[in-house]
Amino acid sequence: MRLQAVDVRLGYGDRVIVDGLDLGIEAGTVTTIIGPNGCGKSTLLRALGRLLRPTGGEVLLDGKRIDRMPTKEVAKVLGVLPQAPTAPEGLTVADLVARGRHPHQTWYRQWSSDDESAVSEALSMTGLLDLGERPLDELSGGQRQRAWISMALAQGTDLLLLDEPTTFLDLAHQVEVLELVRRLHGELGRTVVMVLHDLNLAARYADRLVAMRDGKVIAAGAPHEVLTEPLLAEVFDLDAKVIEDPVAGTPLVVPVGVRH
Amino acid sequence: MTSSPVRLPHEPPVRPARARSLRLGSASWLLRLRSATVALVLLAATVLLMALGMRIGDIPMSVPEVFQAITGDGSNHFVVMELRLPRALTGVLVGAALALAGAITQAIARNPLASPDILGVTTGSSVTVVAVIVAAGSTAGGASGALAEVGIPLMALAGGLAGALTVYLLAWRKGLDGYRLVLVGIGVSAVFTNVKYWLLTVGDVTDSGRAMVWISGSLNGRGWEHVVPVAIALVVLIPLTLAGTRSLGALRFGDDTVTGLGVRMNLARGLMILAAVLLAAVATSAAGPIAFVALAAPQIALRLAGVGQPPLVVSALVGAVLTASADLAARTLFSPVELPVGVVTAVLGAPYLIYLLIRVRREARS
Repeated sequence: MRLQAVDVRLGYGDRVIVDGLDLGIEAGTVTTIIGPNGCGKSTLLRALGRLLRPTGGEVLLDGKRIDRMPTKEVAKVLGVLPQAPTAPEGLTVADLVARGRHPHQTWYRQWSSDDESAVSEALSMTGLLDLGERPLDELSGGQRQRAWISMALAQGTDLLLLDEPTTFLDLAHQVEVLELVRRLHGELGRTVVMVLHDLNLAARYADRLVAMRDGKVIAAGAPHEVLTEPLLAEVFDLDAKVIEDPVAGTPLVVPVGVRH
Repeated sequence: MTSSPVRLPHEPPVRPARARSLRLGSASWLLRLRSATVALVLLAATVLLMALGMRIGDIPMSVPEVFQAITGDGSNHFVVMELRLPRALTGVLVGAALALAGAITQAIARNPLASPDILGVTTGSSVTVVAVIVAAGSTAGGASGALAEVGIPLMALAGGLAGALTVYLLAWRKGLDGYRLVLVGIGVSAVFTNVKYWLLTVGDVTDSGRAMVWISGSLNGRGWEHVVPVAIALVVLIPLTLAGTRSLGALRFGDDTVTGLGVRMNLARGLMILAAVLLAAVATSAAGPIAFVALAAPQIALRLAGVGQPPLVVSALVGAVLTASADLAARTLFSPVELPVGVVTAVLGAPYLIYLLIRVRREARS
């Protein structure tokens, strides 16, 4: 088990969002967390990435309590792409991606050949090698998202947490980003945990789905085990038909209407 | 960790913008050529401006005479070494310290309109010094002379640090948020400023006059006792802030990104703000709150160096050049009347601030 939440309680201030939740992430898998707005899926992802400290229970990274590990050491193993990240204005793609090397650098080791090759590899993986000198704000939404993923890749971690990496992207760009995720997993063996809203894309690109509602895990397992008509009703209050995706063979959700 | 190189050998290496790598064994740095060139030019300009400033006085000298006076031991030696050099050095060092404090504050607040004023330092110093001058003047008139020599820089330092502590405590809420810091800082500064004006109106006319000169920021009559504290602060704090440059760069991103990169965010932010507070407080204690330098120098520096975030060394040098040239203008424009340097920087600062506001508004709209 690479990453584990054990009986965690999460919230902001006095507001408890997740209580008594357990979840384990196996090495070398792509796990996607789905659920209605406000169900706590992003909160859970933030806790797994030690961006939010649990008020109860613990998060374990390779069996060790993540909040007791030096944050720089965690950053060498685990990369996080927050939801809708912001960068300072005028920053170039290369500057952004180079920032991913932060955990590997010290004041006397600021730009080693390792740093240089990691940045180049990350950019070539995402197809942005030619755009290194371009300011981030001049890129299209899909390119910008790939630049942020490149930064997480340059960090050289084999665990990646992506919070809604496809938000604000059109369908083609969503597929582009998710194809990239699939290659990271397939070619480089990375372990990926992400939050997605699109159920059909989630089913297509994940080994394992985790369905949440009101801060609790309702179901977890392979897409065809989780995405069933009764579960959609229970988790999303959605009447839907589930058929086979004619392209990928994964479950395809066709909404009928919302239950009241 | 990283797999075998995918890149072909003929492709140029990908690096942060306009930088060259400098490697020595396993150590490595990034060198931005343009920043280095700009820094050298600014350093030369600082020396020249200091020499030009040191010509002025009861005994006019030429620039070569100034340099001769420093190396030789003629009658001019005492005048230059004991009177003019300390004044010029105070200006340069104070400018550098204020600019460095400004560069740090702007990076932390993620806002080009931020300056150490919003950390409560300068207004804290001002209100304390005005209180001391007004109180000491009316209760024990004779003592104020001695107080002015030793007491005022110390009181200014204490007041600056107390002001910063007030802002920090009010802004802290399970961590330090840049935006909250700015808002609290503006509020606290407004309170201090109004108390200062109240003290000026209730004080004795001559005391208030003296206080006014101090709170506009002046280099008049500054000696080695003013140079030494600022120099020590810079010698200690510059290497420390430079060591934190990378964390400072990371702190410009969103909080989650910063933490994800393995930066201990609150620690890094707290230490950098502490450095900015100390720099601004020491500088203010030596020369009073010289306006505009901390605000403008970092923004000028990043444009000169062609980088995205205020470069620390270049900012400090721009601050030195700004202060030295403003002082030169203050002493020569209306000669024989000499203005406090802070008056000139404030006059320059107002249009600049308006320009920044228009630019920020335009960006917000687009």
